[in-house]
Amino acid sequence: MTEGETDGGTDRSLTMSRAMVEAIAHEMRESNDVFYMGEDIADYGGIFDSTEGLLDEFGHDRVMDVPISETAYIGAAVGAAQAGMRPIAELMFVDFFGVGMDQIYNQMAKNTYMSGGAVSVPMVLTAAVGGTYNDAAQHSQTLYGTFAHLPGMKVVVPSTAYDAKGLMHNAIRDDDPVVYLFHKRLMGIGWLPAPDGPKTNVPEDEYTIPFGRADIKRDGADVTVVTLGLHVHRALEAAESLADDGIDVEIVDLRTLVPLDTETIRDSVSKTGRLVVVDEDYRSYGVTSEVIASVAEDGLADLDAVERVALPDVPIPYARPLEDEVIPDTDDITTAVHSVLSDE
Amino acid sequence: MSMVAVSELQEMYEHMVAARHYEERLQEEYLEGKQPAFDISAGPIPGELHLAAGHEASGAGVCQHLRDDDTVTAPHRPHHVAIAKGVDLERMTAEIFGRETGLSKGKGGHMHLFDPDVNFACSGIIAEGCPPAVGAGLAAKKRNTDSVAVAFLGEGAIDQGAFLESLNLASVQNLPVVFVIEDNDWAISMPKDRVTDVENGAQRAEGFDLPGTRVDSDDAVAVYDAAGEAIGRARDRNGPSLLEVQVHRRMGHFMGDAEGYRSDEDQEAAAQRDSIDRLAGTLRAHDVGGEALEELRERARNRVEGAIEWAKDQPEPDPESAYEDVFSTPPSGVTETAPSAADSGGEDR
Ligand SMILES: Cc1ncc(C[n+]2csc(CCOP(=O)(O)OP(=O)(O)O)c2C)c(N)n1
Ligand SMILES: [Mg+2]
Repeated sequence: MTEGETDGGTDRSLTMSRAMVEAIAHEMRESNDVFYMGEDIADYGGIFDSTEGLLDEFGHDRVMDVPISETAYIGAAVGAAQAGMRPIAELMFVDFFGVGMDQIYNQMAKNTYMSGGAVSVPMVLTAAVGGTYNDAAQHSQTLYGTFAHLPGMKVVVPSTAYDAKGLMHNAIRDDDPVVYLFHKRLMGIGWLPAPDGPKTNVPEDEYTIPFGRADIKRDGADVTVVTLGLHVHRALEAAESLADDGIDVEIVDLRTLVPLDTETIRDSVSKTGRLVVVDEDYRSYGVTSEVIASVAEDGLADLDAVERVALPDVPIPYARPLEDEVIPDTDDITTAVHSVLSDE
Repeated sequence: MSMVAVSELQEMYEHMVAARHYEERLQEEYLEGKQPAFDISAGPIPGELHLAAGHEASGAGVCQHLRDDDTVTAPHRPHHVAIAKGVDLERMTAEIFGRETGLSKGKGGHMHLFDPDVNFACSGIIAEGCPPAVGAGLAAKKRNTDSVAVAFLGEGAIDQGAFLESLNLASVQNLPVVFVIEDNDWAISMPKDRVTDVENGAQRAEGFDLPGTRVDSDDAVAVYDAAGEAIGRARDRNGPSLLEVQVHRRMGHFMGDAEGYRSDEDQEAAAQRDSIDRLAGTLRAHDVGGEALEELRERARNRVEGAIEWAKDQPEPDPESAYEDVFSTPPSGVTETAPSAADSGGEDR
């Protein structure tokens, strides 16, 4: 179990996809206003198991397969949300956001502000993110920074089943648009094996995890590693081997990018003085720079050394040696930790 | 009755047999290393793999009319079209195996094959090959050449804005573009009638004022005839056309798709409608004997085997090469766009 969270005393462990679906099903039972739209989310149960089992309970009316028309159905979710419903729209891969982007960033994200607060858009946009299985440039991105950069969307990135469920409850209940990005490699899909870690104990009862509260996934005194999604687990693995060398790493899992929990990050850095930010998104103008800037602005004096580990600014290549080169792995994190320690 | 020459039928047959054999062999290679448990990232071919077994008549019947200077854009299921268009099979295969000598040096993979020598490209984003095909048609018009562009898409893609906007742009500009819808009844797990308002995708043409035709059978000769008319119209500068071709999906959407959503009868029906057998029958009716057919098949299979063998022998790319090719002119800090002071000398601007 993670620090600061309790598991309600359960010993029932779930994959991340099961935990997500459990929250969605609960909210759908509670309110007829909640419904799910996406491609292959009905009979197929979602390519990445994001809706597995929902069709059986709720039928095609509320678990809706939609045409390959991202602009139309994401926009329809915006309209239905403004009409008072609580739709969930799924982008099968986040990489396809380009097709429906206007509805996402000019409508969904801005209507509340442009209306002076008169309109709200209580919808969730879910999307599968991430690489590590050689699906190449159009099917492997995370695009965390892109969504977080554009104002008006709350952005959620769970790394464990426990977090996935609580964050999903919160996402559906939130009165604003929430972009919920789940990493394919964490879902616990048979054909895409997950690392140890995302499968956690999950209480049967509902619970929410508030947005803007990062989670210390590992306590440590020497170096702060701030990360999210799949790389929480890669960082934990790195931390275990670093511990053998007597290096004590603290791991901060952001869990939400908007809002960003700068307080937890700064508190950790004020303790360790050394910061490594690890991200599976592109390096420039992204999560790594934002986190580092947020520390530097108010806590520059605490910061002895800093490193970032992220995807270099290249589209994600297909071939295994090339993809392995660009997606940060455990060794890259270990190297960065050594580097901030030797920087004195 | 079709006026197609027997030699053309033979070429089409060879392409179709090669395309089918290619997919069957890739399936084998793909699954190797994914046993006993299917792990998408394992084995000699990682990532998603969308095979086109059952689509052969469309690729062969359309591309039979095309020259190297004609442009083709294909979707995520591109191999049969690439083979019929004359894409370098060895380098395409090396790309799929992620090798250094692949078409894209291992950067693209099976959904992102580019062979500029024969003006072939494909994209994994549904319907997004349509606008670039319109652009190729626009270039042909502006340069006053008689080349044409063909965009292939699935029946699931006809609900996308990129397709519908492209129909309009091609039509209003009277561009030499042919849109070919391959209707295999399914968009992954979604049957056509669940998501699309019309049964006949060619009807989309009506609203955009261009001719639309549907070929209902898995008949390569009928595809050849209908495509001949559409491509001829484009080459003669008479504007775009829309063609829908009934094909069928003999394998899952992608490798590893258990097709739990699809009835056994539907799968069996797809397996029955074999356009390759059908074309063999047509060839026999044109007095091409069993031995001649076997020779064509042999040649097609050998070509495929040769390409796979060659590809598997190729080196993997150097990891450092991942950083190359983002731009065709690598940025070196500041790019000079204005002539230097010395060059512009006393010239008045
Ligand atoms: C914009 C976009 N949305 C969704 C997808 C995911 N996707 C890949 S193939 C496919 C189904 C395509 O069906 P169809 O166009 O009929 O082609 P087929 O696979 O049947 O050949 C979908 C939804 C995608 N690649 N791009
Ligand atoms: Mg289809």
